[in-house]
Amino acid sequence: MENAPESASPSTSGDGREGPVGSGASASPATPLLSLRGISKNFGPVQALQDCDLDVPVGQVTALIGDNGAGKSTLVKCMSGIYAPASGQTFWNGQEVNIHTPRDASDLGIATVYQDLALCDNLDIVQNMFLGREETKFEMLSEIKMELATKQTLKDLSVTTVKSVRQLVGSLSGGQRQAVAVARAVMRDSKLVIMDEPTAALGVSQTKLVLELIRTLASRGISVLVISHNLLDVFSVADRIAVMYLGTIVSEGPIANYDTASAVELITTGESSRVPSRLSSSL
Amino acid sequence: MSDAPNQVTTSHSGEHAVSRGHSLSLQVKRVWQGDNGSIPILLGLAALVIYFQIQNSVFLTPQNLTNLFIQACFFVLLSMSEIWLLLLGEIDLSLGFVAGIGAAAAVILTETKYNWPWWAAVLVALAATTGIASLSGVLVIRLRLPSFIVTLAGLLGLQGVLIWLVDKQGTGGAIPLHNNELYYLVNGNFTPLATVIFMIVIVAISSFSMLRADRNRRTSGLDTNTKVTITKIVLLAISGGLLIWIFNTNRSGFTTIDGMPFAIPIVLAVLAAGSFILIKTKAGRYIYAIGGNSEAARRAGVNVNRYRLLAFSLAGLSAGIAGLIYASRLGGITDGIDGGNLVLESVAAAVIGGTSLFGGRGKMINAVVGGVIIATIPNGMGLVGMSAATQYMATALVLLAAVSIDSIARRGSTVLG
Repeated sequence: MENAPESASPSTSGDGREGPVGSGASASPATPLLSLRGISKNFGPVQALQDCDLDVPVGQVTALIGDNGAGKSTLVKCMSGIYAPASGQTFWNGQEVNIHTPRDASDLGIATVYQDLALCDNLDIVQNMFLGREETKFEMLSEIKMELATKQTLKDLSVTTVKSVRQLVGSLSGGQRQAVAVARAVMRDSKLVIMDEPTAALGVSQTKLVLELIRTLASRGISVLVISHNLLDVFSVADRIAVMYLGTIVSEGPIANYDTASAVELITTGESSRVPSRLSSSL
Repeated sequence: MSDAPNQVTTSHSGEHAVSRGHSLSLQVKRVWQGDNGSIPILLGLAALVIYFQIQNSVFLTPQNLTNLFIQACFFVLLSMSEIWLLLLGEIDLSLGFVAGIGAAAAVILTETKYNWPWWAAVLVALAATTGIASLSGVLVIRLRLPSFIVTLAGLLGLQGVLIWLVDKQGTGGAIPLHNNELYYLVNGNFTPLATVIFMIVIVAISSFSMLRADRNRRTSGLDTNTKVTITKIVLLAISGGLLIWIFNTNRSGFTTIDGMPFAIPIVLAVLAAGSFILIKTKAGRYIYAIGGNSEAARRAGVNVNRYRLLAFSLAGLSAGIAGLIYASRLGGITDGIDGGNLVLESVAAAVIGGTSLFGGRGKMINAVVGGVIIATIPNGMGLVGMSAATQYMATALVLLAAVSIDSIARRGSTVLG
């Protein structure tokens, strides 16, 4: 974990205002799936985000950490189309895109799993998985087709703890509910799954289930962006870390560049004695 | 939502053992948890029936049962219309008077003064009730007002409209029904042969579709419960046989009155159509989703307001049909219909049958069970010779018992599930 400061945050070299790879040419393996450049957002006079740069590589787990009010949720809402950024550019596979509505985000393949999971407790797993995009034949629901697809998706994600896919979601444990919400995102061919505090309300074994699920997603080539307060979880699951402090991303890089102490320093002060911060370099 | 990882993993690994060995105890647990909803309440109904039968042996005669079913038809229909809204977590308090206005419209238009054909009058009446309920829906949705308040205003206002409509005809607050077709809705009967054929066809179609669904699941490699399906079919056939016996027994001492009243297939048709929409279509799925978590439905891309409006419209349409049955049974319409009481009894019927007041849980069949119970109490108590005062108190107890059983059962399901 002890890294030389010079080798940290390779992606922060240069100011990157002209796009993730030069002029935003066609996708190459090195191109991040999603890149934000100079994203700013204000609510009236309140500057919520200022010049945020973030890269989310393909098939990796990126953790977005920061204190309460640092702007993590606002940044995520800019990615998922809930808010439109005031300025800045968004690149998807190197191509500049505009995400104005949640629809735009889901058309690109961005799925957001909010903390409340947005599940209907009175519907079963299959019904929740297909809510809003049911399979039909002659205007009638194709239950068998949907049940088979649900079973397959859960199997692909190695979710084995649910007894029956016809169980009501209200009867599931917290981790299982999270798994259903993620499986729903995956089934919609999402390329990027954004998870807001996925382990916040979970016990130890349920947390383990969700962390395993996140690794499974990454191993299937799906990018994951996890917002978390829990550094223990972050260090056990993430490939990359991005730290937010007062509305901007102060540090970003592979997990190996950080340890708990430097992460806490960055979260609380925006600077670290061992990891270079964009904040300190810009001052 | 209690975390129970050990319990979960155990039950997973023991899945097959559970489904083979303890299917009975699982079944009992599911009944208690309310998955099969109406079973506790059916036991309650059985107890009521046995009590009434012991007190007065007239109760279980085909004559009285046919009478009871006819009395129940209106409650069942009004309760089914209310279920559309209860599923969303909404309510429409004005549906009693909406039904009354539908009845009044049909009666007035077929009167000698206008002399419309019955079908045109029915169409206008149903269009009116659908329109009125949809208007409540629009107000609830557009103004973001609670449906309770909007339809409370509707209850008061429509009572005024009904009195005005009826009194304007200048027949002293009551208009008799002159049209034969409308009168026969309740008072006309199938021939005994047609009754038998109807029942056989219904049972055959239901059995066939259940077996086919079962087979489709099996060929797709999904688990099936053929035993339950067979049990359902057997119960269905027995009920069909009983109904044939009840309806085809002569109900009159002087002449011959037998066969199934037309009102019964009308109720069955509304039940089938409503259940089809709820179970088989996207609209039904979305109504449940909105009732369970409207924000989740909205984020899943469901046009929430469109389906809320649809539910109000369907409620108005079914209430209109209930109104036609009401007018047919009463042989006319009066300005003294207690639409407020009727609608509350229909809500009670839905809740007794197992529909939640808080949205997301319920079925059309709940209205049948609840409506029959709501009709059984005054019928049976009348035969036993109890006063109206006792009848109201007994209805209250049944309602309280039903919601208590439901609440306890659901508390159990959260812990056990």
